[in-house]
Amino acid sequence: MSNEEKKNLGAVEELSEDMKIIEDLTKEEYKWGFVSEIESEVAPKGLNEDIIRMISEKKGEPEWMTEWRLKAYRYWLKMEEPKWPNVKYAPVDFQDISYYAAPKKKPQYSSLDEVDPELLKTFEKLGIPLEEQKALAGVAVDAVFDSVSVATTFKETLKEKGIIFCSISEAIKEHPDLVKKYLGSVVPYTDNFYAALNSAVFSDGSFVYIPKGVRCPMELSTYFRINAQETGQFERTLIIADEGSYVSYLEGCTAPIRDNNQLHAAVVELIALDNAEIKYSTVQNWYPGDKEGKGGIYNFVTKRGACRGVNSKISWTQVETGSAITWKYPSCILQGENSIGEFYSVAVTNNFQQADTGTKMVHLGKNTRSTIVSKGISAGRSNNSYRGLVKVGKKATNARNFTQCDSLLMGDKCGAHTFPYIEVENDTARVEHEATTSKVGEDQIFYLNQRGIATEDAINMIVNGFCKEVFNELPMEFAVEAQKLLAITLEGSVG
Amino acid sequence: MKELTKKENIKDWYLKNFELFEKQMNGHNHELLKKVRQASLAKFLELDFPATKNEEWKYTDVSFARENKFNPVSTDYKTSLTKEDVKNIIFGNFDYNLITFINGKFAAELSDISADSDKIIIKNLNSFIDSHKEIVENYFAKISSDDNLFNVLNGIYMQDGVAIYLKEQSEFSKPLQVLYLNGYSEENLLIAPRNLIVVGRNSRTSIVFNYYGNPKASYFTDAITELYLEEDSSVDIYKIQRESLSSYHIEKFQAIQKDRSVLNHYNLNFGGRLTRNDINSKLDGENIETHYYGLYLGKENQHIDNHTFVDHAKPNSMSNELYKGILDDKARGVFNGKIIVRRDAQKTNAYQQNKNVLLSGEARIDSKPQLEIFADDVKCTHGATVGHLDEEAEFYIRSRGVPEELAKSILIRAFAADVCDEIKIVELKEQINHLIFEELHRQEVSY
Repeated sequence: MSNEEKKNLGAVEELSEDMKIIEDLTKEEYKWGFVSEIESEVAPKGLNEDIIRMISEKKGEPEWMTEWRLKAYRYWLKMEEPKWPNVKYAPVDFQDISYYAAPKKKPQYSSLDEVDPELLKTFEKLGIPLEEQKALAGVAVDAVFDSVSVATTFKETLKEKGIIFCSISEAIKEHPDLVKKYLGSVVPYTDNFYAALNSAVFSDGSFVYIPKGVRCPMELSTYFRINAQETGQFERTLIIADEGSYVSYLEGCTAPIRDNNQLHAAVVELIALDNAEIKYSTVQNWYPGDKEGKGGIYNFVTKRGACRGVNSKISWTQVETGSAITWKYPSCILQGENSIGEFYSVAVTNNFQQADTGTKMVHLGKNTRSTIVSKGISAGRSNNSYRGLVKVGKKATNARNFTQCDSLLMGDKCGAHTFPYIEVENDTARVEHEATTSKVGEDQIFYLNQRGIATEDAINMIVNGFCKEVFNELPMEFAVEAQKLLAITLEGSVG
Repeated sequence: MKELTKKENIKDWYLKNFELFEKQMNGHNHELLKKVRQASLAKFLELDFPATKNEEWKYTDVSFARENKFNPVSTDYKTSLTKEDVKNIIFGNFDYNLITFINGKFAAELSDISADSDKIIIKNLNSFIDSHKEIVENYFAKISSDDNLFNVLNGIYMQDGVAIYLKEQSEFSKPLQVLYLNGYSEENLLIAPRNLIVVGRNSRTSIVFNYYGNPKASYFTDAITELYLEEDSSVDIYKIQRESLSSYHIEKFQAIQKDRSVLNHYNLNFGGRLTRNDINSKLDGENIETHYYGLYLGKENQHIDNHTFVDHAKPNSMSNELYKGILDDKARGVFNGKIIVRRDAQKTNAYQQNKNVLLSGEARIDSKPQLEIFADDVKCTHGATVGHLDEEAEFYIRSRGVPEELAKSILIRAFAADVCDEIKIVELKEQINHLIFEELHRQEVSY
């Protein structure tokens, strides 16, 4: 074996090391013997009306919610699984899934010293603060940094401003009027196969309401991250920004998350009224499967925002590095006059990962504007597709769109694809689309090498430069972590 | 126009007519063609006319094909047309050879093939089969022509077409003009031209396809053109389509290119109620160049759909594509450009651009540029824009004392120039420019 080959192998092994840590982490769940406790809280496999009634009942939901779930379920029965995405996977047996499980307990350590040192190394690479590391690894958090007390402080600040931030189950009970009015108004249960399934069985998720004229004083992520709860399989998020309000919401986590649920079908709905702005950032790093392409999470998400009011704005930023299959199109319906939609995305695929992601910008109101910046990086044997729609309706006078989607290929076994759809029905519209595909330039690497920078670091630097436009849109600390995450994901992908 | 009653199946209509069609050929059905027809018939039973659910036909509704019976068997064929009649239809002022087909059938009296037979053979397909059987055997119907029912329909009912064989080491500079005069009949005809072009090694030529329709006539042109470019060969193909505004035009063009060959394809679209072009190239060799230029003008309720597909199968080739559309009234344009760079096709350069202007509030465009890339050492870009004539530019021109109409024409002229400038036959370039303004009913800005 030549040195070159050895180096390659070493890199691959190192990557799988990371996977091993993640695997170990989940295995340990069983070692700690929570099995019996979990079992008592898990619904039998399969899906039927009784199961839905049971979920609804367990959550103590009112009658109208149960009915809504059932309607969605009945509709779902009539639908077929979509086949059009540019991804391949073994069919999902929807009767082999348990649709309700009480939140699982994480293994508890008494201090960080007990945690797998490899995991800590990953955390360190990501630059996650010590206290958060503890929370993520499942270490009992000390009194000074008690997440509950911190959360309470946050809750009080939010309450003062009149902001509602709670789980969707709580919102259904406490704020039924708001939920009734907005739930399913952006993504109706008839929208698509997975949205219908989610509407029928969604377990939990977040609910945010920002009252008129309020600027949310903190990134809602901060709260979320410290509370880092087990991600549900069928999450449902609803964010409403009333007139003149602003909120920045962050979902996900840079830390690698392994989940036993293979199928994830979440729905996110955003509603921005007059002069309101919502900024929604996602970092997704779920288990992508091993280097042979076995296992890994199917991430089939429906995310959509409606700019209902004049001068409203919705901005999506996503960094997608995990999951075996990512399939999502965070979209904006630009109804209000002068409303703005933005989409910034970095999607990285390695090994056997597949991503089919992009956005839809539907211009309905006058003077609406949208910007799409998508950066796709494929390595290993992965496939990365951008699929986007820009639609300008008949009444959308002076609509403006700018789209740029760039792909970077690393290695000759991966694929990069672009499927943009441009539909224009108004002559005053201006739509521009630009796409490029290339590899990391040898001249760029050479230039950096010659400045004394090792090839691996040089590639990181170039890739980060490639993604800069998107990272700039992320909240600051997250942008820093995202950069490191990118480096870890691509580790060893270039020989 | 004959319309179907609800219960009648359109496919039965075409099957029913086949017997009649065979009889009419009077034994002139060559064995080779017979085989293709039989294979197509078998496929015909399996397929249906594409629905808009089909991704390739998402924006083009072809219910016309389901609702109208087009007559594949013409009975009133006569050549009442004289050379004088077609003088203004032909693109003139340059030296050319001419081969003419009326309603899809070869019209010897309107053709002028004074070709140098040492270098090139130009014939109608039916007589070419008799004289050059081995070439037909080697090249004819080698591409997939059962992608959809339209292709299959051509396979069943192909009548004739042009067959061009350029021998090795030949340069044939005099362009060949292929004139299709369609709709010269009372019947609602199905016209199925089938063209075969073989360019031998190290040879070059240029061909002008001139599809012209009898104004107001209703008919359906369903064509297939096959082009084979051997090593080091080069060809310019101009397709100028001026079918009648109540006719339908569908063509599949497929090129197979070998090492170091160069293809320039110009697709200039003016006529047709509904037009669908599938223009495909397979780059089956290295150091190949493929250039696609397209210009489509839509007015009234025209529907123009251009699908292009460049398949980079081997390394070190380049493709370049520029399609521009001008849409007025209620016209609808569709562009779908696909580039595939296969795993082996390293060092590929592929460029694609689609630009559109909408001149009316009711015009519509759906553009779908597509890149599918499996090799890493490549440079590929695509771009698409949709807009209207730039007010600022117009204001600037008008502030120089130019009237509004003329200012707009200047901008249209400038927009179309990117494609027109690439036309290598100067006289043709001028005539195309003239056609643009004539078709849009606008003041002309000359070349």
